[in-house]
Parts: sequence; structure tokens; C-alpha cells
Amino acid sequence: MATGIRDKVAILGMGCSKFGERWDKEADDLMVEAFEEAIADARIEKNQIEAAWLATAIEEQHVGKSGVPLAVALRLPYIPVTRVENYCASGTEAFRGAVYAVASGAADIALALGVEKLKDTGYGGLPQRGRGALNSMYWPNLSAPGSFAQLAAAYRAKHSKKPEDLKRAMAHISVKSHANGNKNAKAHLTNKITMENVLDAPLIAEPLGLYDCCGVSDGSACAIVTTPEIAKSLGKTDLITVKALQLSVSNGTEASHNSWDGSYFATTRIASKRAYKEAGIERPREEIDLIEVHDCFSVTELVTMEDLFVSPEGGAIKDVLDGFYDAEGQIPCQIDGGLKCFGHPIGASGMRMIYEIYLQMQGRAGPRQRQKVPRYGLTHNLGGFPHQNVCSISVIGRHGE
Amino acid sequence: MTGKSKVCPMAETSDVGILAFGAYLPRLRLSRKAVAEANAWFNPALKGLAKGERTMCNWDEDSVTMAVEAARDGLTGQDRSAVTSLAFASTTLPFEDRLNAGIIAEALNLKPSVHAQDLTASQRAATSGLISALQMARGGAGPVLVVASEKRRTKTASPLELQVGDGAAAMLVGSGPVVARLVAQASRTVDFVDHFRGEGSEFDYTWEERWIRDEGYNKIVPAVLADLFKATDVKPADIAHFAMPCVLPRVAAGIAKKAGMPDKAVRDNLHAVSGETGAAHPLLMLAHALEDARPGDKILVVGFGQGCDALLFEATENLAGLAPRRGVKGHLARRKEETNYGKFQAFNDLVAIERGMRADVDKQTPLSSLYRNRRMLTGFIGGQCKRCGTLQFPKSNVCVNPNCNAFHSQEDHPFADTPSKVQSYTADRLTYSPDPPHYYGMVVFEQGGRVMIDFTDADAATVDVAAPMRMMFRIKDYDPQRGFTRYFWKAAPADKPTPAKA
Repeated sequence: MATGIRDKVAILGMGCSKFGERWDKEADDLMVEAFEEAIADARIEKNQIEAAWLATAIEEQHVGKSGVPLAVALRLPYIPVTRVENYCASGTEAFRGAVYAVASGAADIALALGVEKLKDTGYGGLPQRGRGALNSMYWPNLSAPGSFAQLAAAYRAKHSKKPEDLKRAMAHISVKSHANGNKNAKAHLTNKITMENVLDAPLIAEPLGLYDCCGVSDGSACAIVTTPEIAKSLGKTDLITVKALQLSVSNGTEASHNSWDGSYFATTRIASKRAYKEAGIERPREEIDLIEVHDCFSVTELVTMEDLFVSPEGGAIKDVLDGFYDAEGQIPCQIDGGLKCFGHPIGASGMRMIYEIYLQMQGRAGPRQRQKVPRYGLTHNLGGFPHQNVCSISVIGRHGE
Repeated sequence: MTGKSKVCPMAETSDVGILAFGAYLPRLRLSRKAVAEANAWFNPALKGLAKGERTMCNWDEDSVTMAVEAARDGLTGQDRSAVTSLAFASTTLPFEDRLNAGIIAEALNLKPSVHAQDLTASQRAATSGLISALQMARGGAGPVLVVASEKRRTKTASPLELQVGDGAAAMLVGSGPVVARLVAQASRTVDFVDHFRGEGSEFDYTWEERWIRDEGYNKIVPAVLADLFKATDVKPADIAHFAMPCVLPRVAAGIAKKAGMPDKAVRDNLHAVSGETGAAHPLLMLAHALEDARPGDKILVVGFGQGCDALLFEATENLAGLAPRRGVKGHLARRKEETNYGKFQAFNDLVAIERGMRADVDKQTPLSSLYRNRRMLTGFIGGQCKRCGTLQFPKSNVCVNPNCNAFHSQEDHPFADTPSKVQSYTADRLTYSPDPPHYYGMVVFEQGGRVMIDFTDADAATVDVAAPMRMMFRIKDYDPQRGFTRYFWKAAPADKPTPAKA
């Protein structure tokens, strides 16, 4: 019987580059920027790292394949470096690799780093690419906003919600995230926006308007992990540990079987249930203090609140409009500004979420620090399309609590 | 003009004829006024042609996709597995070397042993194909499907641009319960070049209309009709429907009058509502006539192009027994006006439009994969699990039903004609589309199965959650680098088939 990884791995240090249109930086510059912060935070030497995981998704746009780009960028001393890709949830996959390496005893100290340099595409939004030989011949010519926008149509139909109510809740989500991002110097977008800005913005994919969509950025984030024992031996106190790490991957049921109604993420429901069990959380709405979700689009965040079992089914609109997820609300969601303000350098995003929880746990989040010191923080890193995706959930907490 | 027509009289008891018919016209109708107004600065005379509208392919339609739709319409209620031969007539074939009829046969899931050929290079290709098919049927061949389709590219500000339309028609030919029996036929072949399109040329080159009228239509057609009437007891005065395409005004009526046919027999050439659909037009007018015909009506159809074909049919009681289909009238009713001439030019690649960097993606088609998956991609064949009965697309090794997941349990199941509904959709303005916004979504089939798929002929007024959809064979992508057209199926807002009889 698997016992899970609760409290088996501690975060020794983390770093996160400034996200944005880093016209003057290469991917390896961003990797170094994130890594230097993390290694200083960890207070170890580079050669103490025994294994590394690199997350990139659209590698053909910047660093190319394999673990080599990370090894070269940091001149890692010929240690194992594995490159992982799992759609937009790639970042958390690197973290999972490093955490599992430590939990298994295969490495004492491991590095997880995510990076994406997307702003060499020549246009806004994710690069338009081939999807595989056969897929390209029958998949619709879809975009990310177009596939996620369909959640809105299905959610409205299922819960008999008025389009304008859903649109208003979606707008509130973006306004809230921009208000949070305004306090975060590392965010790509730090401007505040109004409900009118969101509601009057041009449509990207109905019903998603410009401000319902996160942007595309360059960025990198990383984590150095070890066992709680080693962390203590290195002089660390008040350890931040991993309480749960779960991944659920669609097997085609949503895409090809009529049991899925299109209004929710089957993977998120499964992964979050497993994560709560692994972490020992029974009542997520009461026990979780902070959430960082994969708010690639406002509607994703909205339905995810139900898929994480925090809002009741059909109740996310009310919670959102009540301010439940605002910075001053009961469970702040995207207190760092989220993908909405950071943009989405794919390989880095999952790690950036964990970085924010890690800072908040230690009271190091500066002007956006949640006054109450959180006990459990959750990250939700999603990749793919609502009808076919991967969902990674992590729960971060304090060692022994 | 010398020589005699090749004339074939039929015994009145001949049971060879048309078993079923179908048609297809694109939903878009380009306002001729919009075209003439845009081009009047260059050629003010175009204003004289600025009445009515012409059919216009959506960006994802060509002669092959229209042919598939016309054939599906024609095969409504018919046993497709009985079709022994397929002839595809068009002068606008998407492939110069690849059997275009082969794509159509695959899309229709005709049996592998079907004989298929492309007939081309003349506006008369379809009537000549129809004659061949009737001869094959008389020789004992099973039902032969003749489908004709045309999408002519025309120069900006040309009269032809205003005269032609896009469309297709299909005739299922054979013996048995025919809806129209062949009575007689006649043909002449004359190298009369009213227009031509040479190898490598994009557009037609056309000679003077008055010469075409006087030396062409008015001499060649009457001679063939005279031959035809010599070979049958049917008199010109008995003709109820005279279906003769001709864009020149009053020519068909003049020929009918001179031959002794009643004025009222001259059929509308659909100029006001469709325009002339090239090689397909004789069959389109024939289908239209069959929609109006009463048992016993004599129908005379003419195809003109480097000579002339004339076929005389007699409608039968079997017309009433045909399953409801869209036909010409149903497709005329399935209409959306287009007043944007710029869109027509862009759809037909007549202007260099800025498509944006998202259009830069390499669209090379892996031919080996296309071949391996042709049943799925061209035939829209999915799977049905023998264990649990679940329908699924695509067909896969492991059943998708979470309560089954049986390995290697699926049989072929066709989805093209299965009713479906929208579960979720969007109108995407970010992704590249030749006609933004791009509609697509999850479509759920009534009997099971679903697919996330491109929509076509869709707009805000017709697409919603739970809206009924109908699958249509369309262009998925065009690879400009290699000149390859890739086809797949798309979901279009469903319309109800209207009865063939008005």
C-alpha cells in the first residue's frame, strides 16, 4: 500500500525570474536568473545537487530537446538531467520528478527547473504548431482560448446560468487577479483593470474576451528539494514540505464517450481527491488557505473552483462574485496575480505557483503577503484542452503540521 | 456542319433510366450587385448583369466536396453497396493526377470493387458520362452513379464571374424502378471552341458571344435535336421540360420554339438564383426538372460543349416513391446571402490576403498515414464495441467506455449520416481561419459517440448548445506549398430534407 509523499520532502530553496517579454534574454539567461535565487535561498553549493529535471513544452521554439539545455546553462557536473513535457502542466512534472527522486532515496538533493522562452514566435498567443501526423488531419483547427471557451457554453447549459452572469463572474476573476498582480514586481502585467475593461474588450474566442485570457511570456522558476532531515542538518527551520503531489491524465473518455458533459475537468476532480487523501485534507473549503490555479482563462479558474471541491457544484459564480477568492477573501486564489498577470511560459508556470505558496508560507511575499500565515496551499497546473488534458495538483504545507 | 448524330432510339419498354437524383448548391449566394458595383469602375457594362445572385463555395468547398454532397443527396434511401460504377464529371478537378472519383468513392464508402473514373475537359462531360452510364446499365451493369460538379475560377471583373455559379448534381442510373426512363438520345462532336482553358492556365479564354450563339448553339443543338426526334415517336410538342443550360439570353427558348416545343417547356436555367454550374448544369437542371415532373412527362436535357448531347426521358410513377431529399429546391432554400465581394475574392484566391503568421504552419500531409487512416478520415468510419455496443470515434484498440475497455472489440461504424447535436462550441478569433471567426466544438451523436470537430457553414444565428448538426465532407486544409488538398468531415447546422416533389 503506497503511503504517499506527505512530509517526505522539504523545499530547500526556490527562485523565480521576472516574467514578461524578455526581449533581451535567452532561455539560459532566465534559467540562471531563477537558479541563482534558488541556490542562494537553499544555501548550498551547486555541486551538492545530485539530479535535475527540466520542464519545457514548446522546446522547438527555444532550447530544443533533452536535458542538455539545463545542464549546459548551469554547467551541472554531469549529473542525471531529465527533460519532461506534459502539456502546460510540464512545470509541476519537473517538480514531481525531483520530489520523487528525493522521496525514493535516489538523491539527497534534487533540482527542478521550468523554463519557456515563447516571445520569439513573432506574434501573440501560443505558437500555432502541428499536433501530430494523424491528429492534424482530424482535430479541429483549435486554439487554447477556443477550446477552453467551450467550458462556458457547457457550464451555462448544465447549470442554467445566464450568459451575462457567467461573463460577470469571469470578469471579476480577471479584475481580482490584476489587483493582485499589481503588487508583484515579478509579474508580466502589473496594471489594475476594471470590470468595464474586461466586459468591453474584444472577443478572442466566444465568450472569452481579451482580459479573460492570460498572455504568453518568457520566464523560469525552480525549486531545490531535499529530505526534511537533510534540510534541518543544513540549518533550515520552519520547513516547508510537500504534502501531496498528484497527476491525472485523460484517457480519451471525455473526448470520445458521452459520459462527460463538457462543463468540468474530469482530471482535476480525480487528482484533487487523491491529493486531499495524500495530504490528509477532509474539508478543502475549510482547510485550504491559499490556492494557485491554472487560470489560463477566467472560465478555467471558475469551473476549477468546483473541480477542487472548494465551491459547491454550480456555486462558483456566487463565490467568485462574493469575493470568496479575492486577496482579502476566505481563500485567496492567485494572490500573486496568476497566469493572468504572469503570462504562461509553459514549463515555468507550475513551478511559479509553488514558488508563491512557498513565499506565503514563510511570510516572505512582501506587499501581497496574506496576513494569516497559511497552513495548506494548493497549486493546480493544467495542460491540454478541457476534453483531453493532464492535471497536476500539489499541496504544500509545514513540516509536521 | 457535316455528318449525322449518333442516335440511339429506345424501345418504349426500356427500363433503363434514372433510379434516383440529387443535387448540391453551396449555401452562400453572392449578390451580383455587389460584384458589379465593385468592378463598375473598370467595366461599367457589368451593371447589366447585376441582377440576382450566384452560388458561391465556402472556402472549404471544391468540386469534390460538392460532388460528395450531391451524391449523398442522390443516394438517400438507396443501397450504396449496390453501386458498381462511379463517374465524376468536372472541368475543375482538384487533382490532375489522383483519381478524384476515388476520393468521392471513399467518402461515400462505396464497395471496394467499384469502377470509378473522372470525366473532364468539356462542359458536356456530365451528359456524355450519363449516356455512357445508361449504356452500361443497358449492358447489365448494376447501378451507376454519375456525379457532376463544378467550381470555376473566373477573372475579376469578367462577365463569366457573374454568369457562373458553383454546384453539383448526381444521377443514379440503372434498370429497375426508374423514376425517369430513357426514351432516346443523340450526340454530335464538333471542335467548336467557344472558350478553352489550356494546360497551366488558371482562367477560361472566351470568344465573342454573338458568334457562339449563331455558329455554336443555334446550329449544333438543333441538328442534334432533329436527329433525336427522328429516332422516337415522341414529338417536340410533347416535351414538358426542356433543360438546356446556356448563359446567353433567349437562346434556349429560341431553339425550343424552332424545334416546335411548347414555350412553357423551357426550363428556368437558374441564372437568377444560382448561375451556371458548368459541366454540372445539365444534370442540375435535370434534377430540378425531376422535382417538378409528373409521371408521363417528357424531359429533354441538353449538354453543350465541343458538340452536343441530348437525352430524352419520360418520368414514371416511381417518382412518388423516392425518399425525401434536399435536391435543387432544398439546397436553394438553404441559403445565406453574401454581399462581401472581397470575401469571394479571398475564398477563391484571387487576391493576396494577409493571412497572418498563424497560417504559416506547414500543412504537409503524410500520405502513408492518410492511406492507413483513409476509412476514418475520408469515410468518417468509427468503431462500435462488440462487447458493450458503445459507438466511438475514432475507432481504437481499446473501447472508450470506462465500464468496458475491451481490447480489439470494435467493428467499423459509419458516422457521416448519424444525427448529432452541439454539446459545446466557440467562435474563435485567434486561430487561423480563412473565414473568421472559426466555429468548432464538441458534437455528440445521438446513438453514441462524439467528436471535437470543425464546424462549417456556421454562424451565430445557427449554432448553439443542443443545436442539431449534420456532417459534411469538406476541405480540412490546403497545402499551398505542395498543392495538396486535405479533406475531412465537418459539422454544419442541420437543415431538414425537403421533399423532392414540390
